Order: sequence, then C-alpha cells, then structure tokens
Amino acid sequence: METVMLVVVAVAAVLVAVAALLALVRIERGPSMLDRALGLDLLAAALVGVIAIEAAWLRRTETIPILVALSLVGFVGSVAISRFAAREPAAPDARDDADVGDGEERPVAVLRVEDAGEDDGTEESPETPEERP
Amino acid sequence: MTEIEPGFWTALADVVAALCLLAGAFLTFAAGVGALRFGSLLARMHSVTKPQVLGLVLLLIGLALRVRSWSAVAMLALVVVFQLATAPVAAHLLSRAGFRTGKVDESELVPNQMDPSDEPDGPHGGA
Repeated sequence: METVMLVVVAVAAVLVAVAALLALVRIERGPSMLDRALGLDLLAAALVGVIAIEAAWLRRTETIPILVALSLVGFVGSVAISRFAAREPAAPDARDDADVGDGEERPVAVLRVEDAGEDDGTEESPETPEERP
Repeated sequence: MTEIEPGFWTALADVVAALCLLAGAFLTFAAGVGALRFGSLLARMHSVTKPQVLGLVLLLIGLALRVRSWSAVAMLALVVVFQLATAPVAAHLLSRAGFRTGKVDESELVPNQMDPSDEPDGPHGGA
C-alpha cells in the first residue's frame, strides 16, 4: 500500500510541478500584465497543490494553515494587478496608446498614486456612462 | 458490518484519496497546459479558473481523506470556500480589465454583453 501511495504521490507531484513550470513560462511570455496575473494565480494554486500533496503523503496537518494563507494571497495579487491595469489608459501623461492593442504592457512607472486615489466614483464611467441613471 | 475487517475503511479512504490526488494533479496540469497554449486572454482566463479550481478541490479532498482529522477537514473546507468565492471574482476582474484596456478581440465575443447595441433589451449592466 505504501509503495502504491509513493507512486501516486510522485506522479501527482510531477504533474503539479509541470503545471507550475508552464505557469512560469506564461508569466515570462506575458504578453500583457493581465496574462502575468493569470500565471501568478496558477502558480499560487500549484504551490497550494504541492503542499497538499506533501501533507497527504506524510499525513501531517501542520502545513494546512499555509494553504489558507496562500489561497487568499493569490486572490489579492490578481485583484490588485487588474485594478491598476484597468486604470492605465486613464493616466493623463501615459505614453501613446498604440501599444494597448498589440498586447505589450506599459512599465510599472506609469501607475501613479493619484490614479489609485480617484477610485471611487469614476471607475465605471468611461465605458458605461449610462449605467448610473 | 461485522464481516468486514477493521482496516477496510482506512484502506478504502487511502485508495479514494489516491484517486482524488491523481485526478486533481491532472486537472492542475491541464490548467497549466491551457494557460500556456491558449491564444487569447479570455481563453487563458477560462483554463486558469475552471480546471484549476476543480483540481485544487480534488487535491484537498484527497488530503482530507488521508489525514482524517476534523480540525484539518475544517481548515481545508475553508480553503475550498475561499477558492470558490475568490476565483470567479478574480477572473471577472481580470477579464473586465482586459476588455477595458483593449486586450480582448470583440469580434470573438458572440453575445457581447459589454456592447449595448448587441442586445435588443439594452445592457444588462456592463460591469
């Protein structure tokens, strides 16, 4: 039984590790910041999966709180990236918008603090002005 | 169930846990392949959310069947609830940000619910 479990755990760990590698390749390729956020999401999930597999192999429960923390951290990261990426074209001194369509992201330096500050009333307005009657 | 020997249920739980671990790892692997191979942002978003969440839930079920303690099961249920609650929100925010910054090809959206002229009833609330 234990040898069977060893084979199962090894196969599962290799599959999840390959998934993490593919997520790393996606993070490296981009092409946009949102694709990288997706890759980071998948990488966090693969990390949770590997920790779960290790805990299942050794029947240990000490590492399970790490899973709770990791599953929340991955969510916060992708939400933050998507919020700032949504604000990018509204920046007044942003570079020319020609690179929006071809999937090349702007440098992080464009994201400024005052863009994040005006977050309250203006977020829905540029594309859907008729949404607030 | 006096005929069943005492180790039967633990062995059965281990076998089911092994199957869940394998299925969950395969689904996570499928999510990685989709995230690398798919061609557009929305397709990649689809593959990162759906198979990844199901794979993670299967991995955690396998872990719960293997450790068999109620405190661990409670925390694993918390992880599952977090995943099920946050993965749709994250995917929705990502796809909305991609749409607004022009990274989504609108001709691929068959019912384009972000476009008010696409529907006779008017928009369902674009955001």
